[in-house]
Amino acid sequence: MTETPAGTSESAVLVLEDGRRYEGRAYGARGRTLGEAVFATGMTGYQETLTDPSYAGQIVMMTAPHIGNTGMNDEDMESARIWVAGFIVRDPSRVVSNFRSQRSLDDDLAASGVVGISGIDTRALTRHLRSAGAMRSGIFSGDDALLTPGEQLDLVQSGAAMSGANLSGAVSTTEPYQLPAEGERVGSVVVLDLGVKTSTLKYLAERGFDVHVVPQSITAEEVLALAPDALFFSNGPGDPAASDRHVELLRTTLREGLPYFGICFGNQLLGRALGFGTYKLPFGHRGINQPVLDKVTGRVEITAHNHGFAVDAPIDRVSESSEGFGRVEVSHYGLNDNVVEGLNCLDIPAFSVQYHPESAAGPHDANYLFDRFRDMVIANTTTSTATEGSNE
Amino acid sequence: MPKRDDINSVLVIGSGPIVIGQAAEFDYSGTQACRVLREEGVRVILVNPNPATIMTDPDFADATYIEPITPEIIESIIIKEKPDAVLPTLGGQTALNAAIALHDAGILEKHGVELIGAKVDAIRKGEDRQLFKDLVIEAGAGVAKSHVAKTLEQAKEFALDLGYPLVVRPSFTMGGLGSGFAYTEEDLVRIVTQGLHDSPTTEVLLEESILGWKEYELELMRDTADNTVVVCSIENVDPVGVHTGDSITVAPALTLTDREYQHLRDIGIDIIRAVGVDTGGCNIQFAIDPADGRVIVIEMNPRVSRSSALASKATGFPIAKIAAKLAIGYRLDEIPNDITRVTPASFEPTLDYVVVKVPRFAFEKFPAADPTLTTTMKSVGEAMAIGRNYATALQKALRSLEKRGSSFHWGEEDRSIEELLEVASVPTDGRIVVVQQALRKGATIEQLFESTKIDPWFLDQIVLINEVAETIASAENLDTELLLLAKDHGFSDAQIGQLRGFGEADAREVRHILGIRPVYKTVDTCAGEFPALTPYHYSSYDQETEVEPSDRRKVVILGSGPNRIGQGVEFDYSCVHASFALSAAGFETIMINCNPETVSTDYDTSDRLYFEPLTLEDVLEVIHAESQSGELVGVVVQLGGQTALGLAKGLEAAGIPILGTTPDAIDLAEERGLFSGILDAAGLLAPKNGTAIDLAGAVHVAEGIGYPVLVRPSYVLGGRGMEIVYDSPSLADYFARIEGQGIVGPTHPLLVDRFLDDAIEIDVDALYDGTDLYIGGVMEHIEEAGIHSGDSSCTLPPVTLGRAEVDRVREATRAIAEGIGVRGLLNVQFAIGAGVLYVLEANPRASRTVPFVSKALGIPLAKAASRIMVGATVAELIDEGMLPANDGSRVPFDAPVAVKEAVLPFSRFRTREGIIVDSVLGPEMRSTGEVMGIDKDFPTAFAKSQLAAYGGMPTSGTVFVSVSDRDKRAIILPVLRLQQLGYDVAATEGTAEVLRRNGIRAQEVLKFSEKTSADAASVVELIHRGEVDVVVNTPSGRSSRADGYEIRAAAVAADIPLFTTIAELSAAVASLDVQRDGFDVTSLQEYALRREANA
Repeated sequence: MTETPAGTSESAVLVLEDGRRYEGRAYGARGRTLGEAVFATGMTGYQETLTDPSYAGQIVMMTAPHIGNTGMNDEDMESARIWVAGFIVRDPSRVVSNFRSQRSLDDDLAASGVVGISGIDTRALTRHLRSAGAMRSGIFSGDDALLTPGEQLDLVQSGAAMSGANLSGAVSTTEPYQLPAEGERVGSVVVLDLGVKTSTLKYLAERGFDVHVVPQSITAEEVLALAPDALFFSNGPGDPAASDRHVELLRTTLREGLPYFGICFGNQLLGRALGFGTYKLPFGHRGINQPVLDKVTGRVEITAHNHGFAVDAPIDRVSESSEGFGRVEVSHYGLNDNVVEGLNCLDIPAFSVQYHPESAAGPHDANYLFDRFRDMVIANTTTSTATEGSNE
Repeated sequence: MPKRDDINSVLVIGSGPIVIGQAAEFDYSGTQACRVLREEGVRVILVNPNPATIMTDPDFADATYIEPITPEIIESIIIKEKPDAVLPTLGGQTALNAAIALHDAGILEKHGVELIGAKVDAIRKGEDRQLFKDLVIEAGAGVAKSHVAKTLEQAKEFALDLGYPLVVRPSFTMGGLGSGFAYTEEDLVRIVTQGLHDSPTTEVLLEESILGWKEYELELMRDTADNTVVVCSIENVDPVGVHTGDSITVAPALTLTDREYQHLRDIGIDIIRAVGVDTGGCNIQFAIDPADGRVIVIEMNPRVSRSSALASKATGFPIAKIAAKLAIGYRLDEIPNDITRVTPASFEPTLDYVVVKVPRFAFEKFPAADPTLTTTMKSVGEAMAIGRNYATALQKALRSLEKRGSSFHWGEEDRSIEELLEVASVPTDGRIVVVQQALRKGATIEQLFESTKIDPWFLDQIVLINEVAETIASAENLDTELLLLAKDHGFSDAQIGQLRGFGEADAREVRHILGIRPVYKTVDTCAGEFPALTPYHYSSYDQETEVEPSDRRKVVILGSGPNRIGQGVEFDYSCVHASFALSAAGFETIMINCNPETVSTDYDTSDRLYFEPLTLEDVLEVIHAESQSGELVGVVVQLGGQTALGLAKGLEAAGIPILGTTPDAIDLAEERGLFSGILDAAGLLAPKNGTAIDLAGAVHVAEGIGYPVLVRPSYVLGGRGMEIVYDSPSLADYFARIEGQGIVGPTHPLLVDRFLDDAIEIDVDALYDGTDLYIGGVMEHIEEAGIHSGDSSCTLPPVTLGRAEVDRVREATRAIAEGIGVRGLLNVQFAIGAGVLYVLEANPRASRTVPFVSKALGIPLAKAASRIMVGATVAELIDEGMLPANDGSRVPFDAPVAVKEAVLPFSRFRTREGIIVDSVLGPEMRSTGEVMGIDKDFPTAFAKSQLAAYGGMPTSGTVFVSVSDRDKRAIILPVLRLQQLGYDVAATEGTAEVLRRNGIRAQEVLKFSEKTSADAASVVELIHRGEVDVVVNTPSGRSSRADGYEIRAAAVAADIPLFTTIAELSAAVASLDVQRDGFDVTSLQEYALRREANA
């Protein structure tokens, strides 16, 4: 249960592409891992973070010092496995204390082969990433800790950059699967799995949708052949600028009038489909305390974020889609830095948010968006069966 | 919605005197509120009778009323000032209750004044237990099974349903007063009887026991647009059963998954909505069954609370400030986050550190009290510490308590595992150290969880600390790796030294040679996501420091640490004033303190704030970090009470400049022999005295100078261990009681003084710059000498001293100031007995009365003192206009009179038999706070002070009198007057006889011990039955105090006025006439104008 306290454990090192080195202790699996170093500021929810496919390819650092206190359980998995490329914590827990816990985080990390590091000045690293931006990095432990600093840096610098990376294929399901609607059935939704989270599927099913989860490799024709009542693009890792195929798929279905809801990556892809650009944020938003203003209600939501890219659209006025989808407005924006956090099409049934209404981890303030989606689909079904007409 | 344009003036209600459960945190929140409202251009009117607060400083409001918080007085203020609104949510339960009273009396409606911050409806929903339970259930959350009882019979019936143990909670009381666990029907009868009495609505709630569950709190804020944020989660290390104010708590919560945390958050938001708090904050407490996660909502406070002060300091999110802004109409997203300045307040702070709060108790002041911690709060203060991990924060917090034995240790422990487990099973002050010893001896986490129900995660952290200790002790060398390991787990140099078998200084030297120093991180609300512009720092042994270099001239001010009896908010007042004055004079001010309740630890107060323990090690490291740039002018040690003063020598030895009075000069005042020399040289007298380090020596001294003697240990504050001793057996008894406390020994001898019977005691606060003496005030005690000055009421200016006597006092003070070599503040206590002036003691530091003097006479003593410490002269300060030309020894005869009255916490402390501890005043201080009454003459001012302290004398009813023989002569006049005013008089046999001979009709009543048959009612029963309205009881000097004790305990339990000295009684009687006529109200600002007009 208890390991000998620090000092006797093996050493590990985190190396950043700018040459900075942070020496600490080996944690999780031993070996080496490469990925984009990012920090996440949630004080709870490490399990949800670790199993969120959006973190694929990233070495995630938790700013909260004590991680692992409540262990791991089956209920809180956001996907079938841990996705982070590496994990950085200051003070890993030695024991597990929670009535739902089934196993320790340490064991899960080791079993998943996730190389981690503990005992570094995580705040110093946060401040560095905040000013220098997220960057390529590597953790080296076990035999790899014995590599020379030069060799380690070379490995880090030879790693893939997040900009331009298409990671959807790595995280998406390869086979389609379905979840039945719960309660009163509203219709069916095709969920394009770009790294979808369990909670999202659960909330969609709870809102009365038969949920068809499909691989990211699906074509527009195949989607339309399923004759869904709506289409949903999930969150997921990677650079939205590198996902032209998904953008085209979305444009096709939008032209067919298929109602659309997107979260996170799905927001960026809607933005691109409408004709907006996307860009990489200096160090991203990763936390569960981010204030977002809903321009429709004027209310502030405290929301869960996990995004390194954002849509480039004006937040203060209605724009015209250059791709012919009519008027578009930014429905939500972040109050910390005025980043676009949601898009709403005024002339077609489509909207999306950059943040995570499914939370997990995070506050449930934005959960109403699933209701908004359901209402939109119901309204669309009613109007399209009655007669043609524009959607609000 | 932006600021409302219909609110241009606001009456802020303060929280009154410092009492247990309602302390300095409300000064912090009230001060923030006043500041914010004035910044917003709102005219602020303040009522608070507590002179020791910073909020009652005339600079913080446009009209400051140091007046009692009663509906009548507040109505007078409303009539006079015509505020648009009343803000009651920042003054604790006192202000909230006052708001309800104002509403119920129709006063708000009558004068067209709006209640802002919380509506009456919301206050009722939050505070009324049954209403609240209904609402929680409606919000879909769980509540403990419960029933409301209005009578004892009902309570007994409900207990059958709930089973024992069960919880009793009286409605509408603060700080959990009167609540408790009943394990048996006997307990039930006792707690319910008292609870029904304490509750203003005569009802108590009986509840199923959730003893041992995990306990959490959330601090929420909500605005008019329904935007709601959770500012902070707090987890109690001590599980349910210990009042949250008495628990060790940690922020953020550390043993919840996100799913569980969000569940609490959802419930919290539903509740704040349902209660209808829409322009402010609230605090919600939860219990979670550790076995299955069942959640129960315990209670909510629809106002700023003690926990919100803690949450503000823990997160950097200023709850009170934001609450004040919300109250005048702003929305959360319209208010910027102070610390980042670019992000809005509508967010939830995230922490990249751990905060631990530990309570400070004062059981040593109440040796008869049962030290078991319960749902009635008993702690008098708290310390908070910030660390990059829990182990560090916990160890820092424990050493911040400045109390022997409060830190973990690895010295001798004779108790067996079984004994330790048994001791740990009862929550008491210091239980955490017992837990640490048990684990160290080899008890398992499972055993300790069984015994304490402390979460295994927290227990493992103590195991970790013990393991690190073992590593430190057994390592071959104290090397860099080992020291970093120790420091990253919060070990002090002293602890490391102990483990290695050498001293603290050696451990520090090794560490410094190895170049191991702490770095300083920043509390920034956002875990580093955005740059922080506010230098609010804490130490860690990480790699990167965030202290910004500065080239300014720096002054470090040492705060006073956790509040305790004898060292409270008064010292924080002086520290804060020094910070303001030195900042205004161009210095960069650096505050070090560890008390989360205070204004000094508000990041707005000083240029830089270090939230650190006040130990030599921690202070030296801050100074070292700040010495890396700019110029360190020096350290202010004379304002932070004994805590700061105690560090002076060590700092000086380390080459740090001490501002003002030097450590050697401080010694001159403290060391008996040296001080006698100063008095001799000045031709001044002290009571005959001597010193002793053991019983034999003390008896020898006492017999030499003659009994009665006053004994006290040196170097203590608040009269710790101070007693009047009448004979040698009592002296032996005294030594037996203090044995093992380490307060008397060769380096800290016992001072033995001849006790002056019937002398008048005088307190003087003065400034001295080396040339000129400036008297702040000469205070005359109302009680005779022998009662601690902190517990004694006093009047300023003195009302029975002649001009010549004041002049003698002045000259004596000058001689002492010169002799000691004071630079800054000096407090001297004198006694006049049989026309002879005696010097009792001199303290070259800020005293408890500095704020009282400053408010009463308009002399900013602490500000002036801090300037003198950095080189200004009294003459310059008078020229500048900071000090009035005439000092406090020359108060014009038509100046107002201010009376200070102490507030005592006896009702909180019960013996193991459940009886309230004795309330007789003595040389050891036991009051927690004070009030001030100020008016045109002494009787009026005194009456106001009584009204503010305990509600004042009833103007009719039955007065019960039982006094010692020595007081029988003095009792006649006041009792006669009471009878003339229409009181009925009852007395015990001896007293009744004396009264009757003097023509006073006195009904004879049995003493408790005289009661022979069941149907004869003793005075104790009469008091319980509510047939007595005022009790006068003075203890007989030397004999057993048992009979009087029963009477006094009954009076305290019944919450009726109790006089234990004739002096107080006489003053109260003299003030009865004015009390019947009602009171005028006058603000400090008006008094200042009158003074100027007269000058």
